[in-house]
Amino acid sequence: MFKILKKEELGPGMILMEIEAPYVAKSVEPGQFVIVRVDEKGERIPLTIADFDREFGKITIVFQEIGKTTHLLNSKKEGESIVDVVGPLGNKTEIESFGKVVCIGGGIGVAPIFPIVRKLKSKGNEVISIVGYRSKSYVFWEEKMKRESSNLLIATNDGTYGEKGFVTDILKKVLSSNSDIRRVFTIGPVVMMKAVSDLTRDRKIKTIASLNSLMVCGMGMCGACRVMVGGETKFTCADGPDFDAHVVDFDSLAKRLAVYKEEEKVSFDNWKESEKV
Amino acid sequence: MSINKIQTRMKEQLPEERRKNFSEVPLGYTKEEALIEASRCLQCLTRPCINGCPVQINIPGFIKAIKEENFEIAIEIIHESDLLPAVTGRVCPQEEQCQVVCIMGKAGEPVGIGRLERFIADWDLERRKKGEVRLPKKAEPRGKKIAVIGSGPAGLSCAVDLIKMGYEVTMFEAFHTSGGVLTYGIPEFRLPKAIVNEEIAFLDKLGVKRIFDYLVGRTSTIEELFKSGFSAIFIGSGAGLPQFMHIPGENLGGIYSANEFLTRVNLMKAYKFPDYDTPIKHGKRVAVIGGGNVAMDSARTALRLGAEHVYLIYRRSREEMPARLEEVIHAEEEGIEFLLLTNPVRYIGNENGLVQQVECLKMKLGEGDVSGRRRPIPIEGSEFKIDIDQAIVAVGTNPNPIIALTTKGLKTGRHGEIWADENGQTSVPGVFAGGDIVTGAATVITAMGAGRNAAKSIERYIKGELT
Ligand SMILES: Cc1cc2nc3c(=O)[nH]c(=O)nc-3n(C[C@H](O)[C@H](O)[C@H](O)COP(=O)(O)OP(=O)(O)OC[C@H]3O[C@@H](n4cnc5c(N)ncnc54)[C@H](O)[C@@H]3O)c2cc1C
Ligand SMILES: Cc1cc2nc3c(=O)[nH]c(=O)nc-3n(C[C@H](O)[C@H](O)[C@H](O)COP(=O)(O)OP(=O)(O)OC[C@H]3O[C@@H](n4cnc5c(N)ncnc54)[C@H](O)[C@@H]3O)c2cc1C
Ligand code: FES
Repeated sequence: MFKILKKEELGPGMILMEIEAPYVAKSVEPGQFVIVRVDEKGERIPLTIADFDREFGKITIVFQEIGKTTHLLNSKKEGESIVDVVGPLGNKTEIESFGKVVCIGGGIGVAPIFPIVRKLKSKGNEVISIVGYRSKSYVFWEEKMKRESSNLLIATNDGTYGEKGFVTDILKKVLSSNSDIRRVFTIGPVVMMKAVSDLTRDRKIKTIASLNSLMVCGMGMCGACRVMVGGETKFTCADGPDFDAHVVDFDSLAKRLAVYKEEEKVSFDNWKESEKV
Repeated sequence: MSINKIQTRMKEQLPEERRKNFSEVPLGYTKEEALIEASRCLQCLTRPCINGCPVQINIPGFIKAIKEENFEIAIEIIHESDLLPAVTGRVCPQEEQCQVVCIMGKAGEPVGIGRLERFIADWDLERRKKGEVRLPKKAEPRGKKIAVIGSGPAGLSCAVDLIKMGYEVTMFEAFHTSGGVLTYGIPEFRLPKAIVNEEIAFLDKLGVKRIFDYLVGRTSTIEELFKSGFSAIFIGSGAGLPQFMHIPGENLGGIYSANEFLTRVNLMKAYKFPDYDTPIKHGKRVAVIGGGNVAMDSARTALRLGAEHVYLIYRRSREEMPARLEEVIHAEEEGIEFLLLTNPVRYIGNENGLVQQVECLKMKLGEGDVSGRRRPIPIEGSEFKIDIDQAIVAVGTNPNPIIALTTKGLKTGRHGEIWADENGQTSVPGVFAGGDIVTGAATVITAMGAGRNAAKSIERYIKGELT
């Protein structure tokens, strides 16, 4: 059992949890994730490790309430436990002294980009961070991100905070005023990562996307998470989750994410019914 | 009294019923049936069955004990060599091992050794359920800690032997439950999970410490395990890496590796969705690719999830199928449609990226290949398409690479199998390995034998007799 040490609402349906997971905390590096199962009948879902404290043996996850499992997870209170936390899984993000880099987080994707920004900075990189949210009430970790970035740029879709528009609108400007960007890191919705990748491809700036394929095992033994990268089948959990965005087939990734739409609806509707009772 | 030439039949659920449920298919012997079957053993002097068994169970010995109704002695004899008889009695390919050499088979059918093994193991489990557990004696504590990685048959048997020798044993398992393939792979209707759990409960009683959700190689490395105080390490991490055919369309929605399909159903209980949260597609027209046990299990599972047609697509003929004959027959009886000498070449999907058709080629058999099986050759121009809404790829698995990739100096073979000598010792001192991770996908009993062999070697290593 893994105890929830702290819980905090960062924005509408956006939850932070600190979980006691000493083995995971001990070896995690930025870019890695855990597979979480809430209770005995639960599904295994992947969540990125957004922060960690090796000394106190805890990790931080930040998730968006979407369907059954994320709602179920949010129904757990501080002090309660969940049955499984496996990890750290996946490969750590490759971080060196690149020079000037851009990190782009969309929505809940801001949380997993944070430890990457922090480590990039510690390696002496100049980090321009671009974060995008739906609206002002969804903005979180602004201070944290500002602290670790050389420059933090914020976009909201409705213009209620920062610049109005998408992260890619800001990225366009950043790219045209900075010719010396060595690498771009992006985590967020598939459409966003694809749009980012399309912008950097022509300029030949290496871009790393952290993919969010559906997963079952998270350790390379089921193939649920397979994606096409450079014309080859890769397992996101074992070969990734970071891949060269310019050769990722985002369209087939998006289609695979939608495979269980009907079942997810059934599961979520059942959940809502049971909550009413 | 003349001896029956044929084996005492074991009652089974009828095909019409069982194709709709997940309950076990063969129902087991009654005591009377077991006594009749046991009396068919001639207690011959040559005892070929013992050498036919990969772990050399004293087969005539336990059968004699059954015949004399000394059930307690019978189970003790089996336990000397086989720690999971309720499992092996059900899933061992006896027809290729102990039973194929039985002299009763020369003029009739061999003794039903597997069935008798299952009978006596089930008798024992019933007894244990009532709380009558007799734990084997443990040697004096040795003050040494051993790590066992993986809780499949190899890891389980290694752990049990080591703890009996007096070592402190900690078992690290990546999943949330023990059993390996016995739990996530082999379906309920062939191996009820209650039985696997009962066999495993034994480990806890013996004092094996079980740690779950721990993926060695990621959660910590082998090197770190040594640093944290383990004197030796056994790797029994299995052959869990699914292979695909790398043909066009294979990543469409609705196409699963057998591992994913079976893991969803068996481990995550997707057949009870939405009571359980993990979903699975209930295909109406399902193609299963492959001809081994895994393919049979997948096909029969798809049927039980409500498929109207399940096509088993295999590139050679029925004779070459690696699956156990019993399972092939069960599958046929249940209405699985075999498309033999057929090979898929691509999948075709709809605009939502869901699979709709599989295109296949007809094959013919050519010369024998290295495996001795005749090589399938495509017949040009024989393409045809089948409408499907689900496909399950069961064309084999390779050893899981995570440990090898993260352990310096660990020698591996062509398919990523960890190299080990006849003692189960790897190229890294103090690290032992056995089961599917060493041999590639094999059998429960060979994995178990390898785990026990390694336990003996670990003892010698600790004593300084192995370098
Ligand atoms: C490596 C990785 C890291 C992730 N990190 C985070 C994170 O830090 N924070 C966060 O909020 N989310 C993260 N996700 C996505 C998260 O796993 C899903 O949002 C979650 O599984 C949804 O479960 P649900 O039952 O609530 O919703 P469902 O009803 O199951 O699904 C709703 C939608 O969520 C997506 N989804 C469902 N299951 C998965 C899954 N197993 N993996 C990915 N997407 C899925 C699908 O697009 C689906 O249409 C990550 C995914 C991956 C692969
Ligand atoms: C569907 C199916 C049907 C089969 N039918 C039969 C049959 O009828 N008869 C028969 O004899 N054999 C059968 N087999 C084969 C048999 O099950 C295997 O040969 C046997 O289970 C191998 O045992 P093992 O202990 O080596 O590995 P496994 O049973 O694979 O167990 C390995 C365990 O290690 C864990 N693990 C892996 N990596 C790590 C890590 N890095 N850290 C921690 N834990 C890890 C895994 O999660 C797993 O629990 C079948 C196999 C399958 C898949
Ligand atoms: S989730 Fe199972 S292989 Fe990646």
